[in-house]
Amino acid sequence: MFFPVIRRLGEMLFVMFGISVVVFLIFFATPGADPAARIAGRNATPQVLAQVRHSFGFDQPLPVQYVKVMEKLFVSRDLTSFVNRGEKVIPAVVEAAPVTLSLVLGAAVIWVVFGIWVGVTAAATRGTIIDRALMFAGLVGISMPVFWVGSVANLLTQSRWHNTWLFHWVPGLGYTPLTQHPLLWFKGLVIPWITLAILYIGLYGRVLRANLVEAYQEDFIRTARAKGLSEARIMFRHALRTSLITFVSMFGLDFGALVGGGALLTEVVFNLPGVGRLTYLALQSLDLPFIMATVMYSSFFVVVANALVDIAYAWLDPRVRDAR
Amino acid sequence: MPADQTQTTAKTLLDVQDLCVSFRSEGGLIRILENVSFTVREREILAIVGESGSGKSMTSLAVMRLITDPNAVITGSIRYKGRDLLQASEREMRSLRGSDIAMIFQDPMTAMTPVYTIGWQIEEQLRAHQKLSRRAARARAVELLGEMGVPSPAKVAGRYPHQLSGGLRQRAMIAMALSCNPSLLIADEPTTALDVTVQAQILELIQRLRADFGSSVIFITHDMGVVATVSDRVMVMYAGIIAERGPKPAVLGGPQHPYTLGLLHSIPPMHGVRPHRLPSIPGSPPAPMGRPAGCAFQPRCDFRMDICATRPPLFHNGTQEASCWLAEKGAPDWARERAIRAAGDAA
Amino acid sequence: MSDSAVDGQAPASVPQKAEGPWAAGLRKLRQDRTAMGAVIVLLIIIVACCAAPLYAQHVSQTNPFQSNLDGTITLGGQDVDIMQADSAGLGLGVTPIGPTWHGQYFLGADNQGRDVAARMLYGGQNSLVISFFATIVTLVLAALVGTVAGFIGGWTDTVLARLLDVLWAFPIYLLAISLSIVLISKGLQIGPFNIPSNSLLLPILIIGIVYVPYVARPIRGQVMSLTRSDFVLAARCLGVPAPRVLFRDILPNVTTTLIVFAPLMMALNMLTESALSFLSIGVQPPFASWGTIIQDGEDLLYTQPMVAIAPGLAIIITVLALNFLGDGVRDAFDPRAKLRVKKG
Repeated sequence: MFFPVIRRLGEMLFVMFGISVVVFLIFFATPGADPAARIAGRNATPQVLAQVRHSFGFDQPLPVQYVKVMEKLFVSRDLTSFVNRGEKVIPAVVEAAPVTLSLVLGAAVIWVVFGIWVGVTAAATRGTIIDRALMFAGLVGISMPVFWVGSVANLLTQSRWHNTWLFHWVPGLGYTPLTQHPLLWFKGLVIPWITLAILYIGLYGRVLRANLVEAYQEDFIRTARAKGLSEARIMFRHALRTSLITFVSMFGLDFGALVGGGALLTEVVFNLPGVGRLTYLALQSLDLPFIMATVMYSSFFVVVANALVDIAYAWLDPRVRDAR
Repeated sequence: MPADQTQTTAKTLLDVQDLCVSFRSEGGLIRILENVSFTVREREILAIVGESGSGKSMTSLAVMRLITDPNAVITGSIRYKGRDLLQASEREMRSLRGSDIAMIFQDPMTAMTPVYTIGWQIEEQLRAHQKLSRRAARARAVELLGEMGVPSPAKVAGRYPHQLSGGLRQRAMIAMALSCNPSLLIADEPTTALDVTVQAQILELIQRLRADFGSSVIFITHDMGVVATVSDRVMVMYAGIIAERGPKPAVLGGPQHPYTLGLLHSIPPMHGVRPHRLPSIPGSPPAPMGRPAGCAFQPRCDFRMDICATRPPLFHNGTQEASCWLAEKGAPDWARERAIRAAGDAA
Repeated sequence: MSDSAVDGQAPASVPQKAEGPWAAGLRKLRQDRTAMGAVIVLLIIIVACCAAPLYAQHVSQTNPFQSNLDGTITLGGQDVDIMQADSAGLGLGVTPIGPTWHGQYFLGADNQGRDVAARMLYGGQNSLVISFFATIVTLVLAALVGTVAGFIGGWTDTVLARLLDVLWAFPIYLLAISLSIVLISKGLQIGPFNIPSNSLLLPILIIGIVYVPYVARPIRGQVMSLTRSDFVLAARCLGVPAPRVLFRDILPNVTTTLIVFAPLMMALNMLTESALSFLSIGVQPPFASWGTIIQDGEDLLYTQPMVAIAPGLAIIITVLALNFLGDGVRDAFDPRAKLRVKKG
């Protein structure tokens, strides 16, 4: 039991190391551009350029440069932005994290509840018009670019129908911390939650339906019927329980990716100062220290999510437990 | 089809009359079972024998109304303890399934839900039909496993299906099926997926059910050896119809249908001359779409005649019935029939 | 029920030439009405976008790439400014004209006075081209990597699998964004080849590469299980050389998987491209794509919403059609598809 855990940790560290190398190579070693100019940003003066070159050691061989950057990022933790002079990168990221967390958690609750509802209903009414309508709706949900949905939502809730009873309560775009004003925090997040959830409800609903339909072909469902169990019990206790394995794995990975900054399109459209939006602003101004930090941050979450999903998998499926 | 006339004094538990199961498809109506009738009495073991595709499993699924395909068409009557199951509501069927009529399946590995322990699955069945607390249900589950000959039943109850051997799994499955003391147990090829040694144990267990639990058993198999060991009465099915029916000693000792004859001959003899080649029935059963008019066994039959183009009804000869024209006037004398044909060929 | 049993013979089955899996799959696909409908929709979109120059020349009679801030058009006999004085009092000065639902400025103008409808057709060309070629890149690379890793196994597999893991650990958008930022700011120089920073080739390559792990992992799994399957083992025992086994037994199965993935990948790529363009790191000026037009429309969202809405609808219809086609292809070519019976 102990050894697999150590091995897993080792794999995680290896992947994070790999990611850091890839990030480093992308930003410091891509042919055709001067890394110093990139770090200093677009409007850097020659003095800043020289300072950057020296501080990052661009005259040194690549591995040394790598170590230096990693040291600034993780050990001394004093990596500062070169565009907003002196602004420390890591505290900024830490401040942005709760925003992303609020957005993603709320959306996750919605999409899990509705995703399961859609999947179960579609599977239970398989072949009927309800099933087809739900699957079509899900397909539409997957086909809509999330930033477009957000824009349309804004158009309706902020402008066109803002003065109607439907949307008058929607506050202006932006974020209010939970600790500061819980109700405003909530009201400001409802529309972003729904926008982000639509895509995932469509996806999860469809996948769950497919898994449930497949589970229903299995022998153990026939046994469950032969035992005299009700259809509801068969659906929830037997079919859904076995289909949940895939559902939970997918959820873990998606959640991890979103928390790490994958929700950036939603954050940009709704002006929520989360990690994703931070990344986007850093990209716009080519603020490399920020970019590096946010990418490492998000990759960390993805790696952790992967590991957690594996654990959940073993917990949910006893066959996997013994296969290890 | 006339009712089963092999009467004894025991009460009839299950009475199936003219059961027909068909499926609607793009090509028309596919007939799987045609006019299948049989009875099962209390404390009796009826073996249903046939090759794959003969319809034997479909018969048992029909009895329990487990055919869920919306394209299925089922007619006839299935009287269980006087009630016609085909007229019963789904709710009534649910209360019957698992408590009064139970079923065990061929592959216990896939037939049990992989994510729950054995004990949990047995408890589930108990609590679905009886008002029991979790603790009482768990105790009963362990007890049942013990009665089925499972060693360390408490431990096994905490295991998952994939953690047990094939034999233990099947015992657990049987324990689960018997948990509510059903009057009728349908066993669909319960030993096919098991080793021969384990097979013997399971067969012995099933025979004990009659004495210890008072249940009747419908035993579905393709193995004549198993039939010989376990059954009281035998029903041979071929291509969705009944080929022959009767008490085991009669059918096995004096078959009246060429198919049964062929099945028996394909068992290597214990004594006497060992054949160089294992005899087998040439050809294979027709697919449901391709069943010929007239007798379905015709193409593979050594004794076919012109009249076989018309489907024979089930003829009665004493305690046996056979759907073969040769049985019309009494039990066929196979040696004589063979001689006639040999002479005819030589002529 | 066959009548040929009169003479006592089993019904003779007419020996049919076995339908190959490709022919069978295509036939099933053609019978799938939803999938065929989707194909028709896609063809219409493709043709419309190809006709962009014709549209610009004859219908809208504008140059969709040129600013037209001071122009006027004739509407119902009257001259109308394209950029109209803003009556809402927002202090922005001018608002582009909204949809005229006539030949000129059918969907209105954007903030540069350009005809949105004409731009959409041109933009559609780029969106479609990028999605298509990015899909090709993904499928080819994934097939290569997946097959090599799965077939050869051993150290090659370990290295490749780890590489895929690392690549996959990046949230897709972040990797695409990272690469885009770097390459688009200065272009790409590989040896003698210089790809300019606004070339369409860059989004194609980036989007194509980013999705490689998504396809390569299932292919690797499939090739691995095929390589270890009994029939391949038997072939090797019979002395069939490895390349022959690869081409005859393994690649056809891989190709089927690729075909099933293709429409799906194209849909994903189109969404990714539009997201990148929306963030200004996808298609670069002077080129347009549906994503860039949505970006153009962000500032006009409350005043001339059509600029942002119309390209979004175009994306949705295209991606929806691709998804329907993808479902149909998967049902037609998936060997594990269950038997289907029409409702009687």
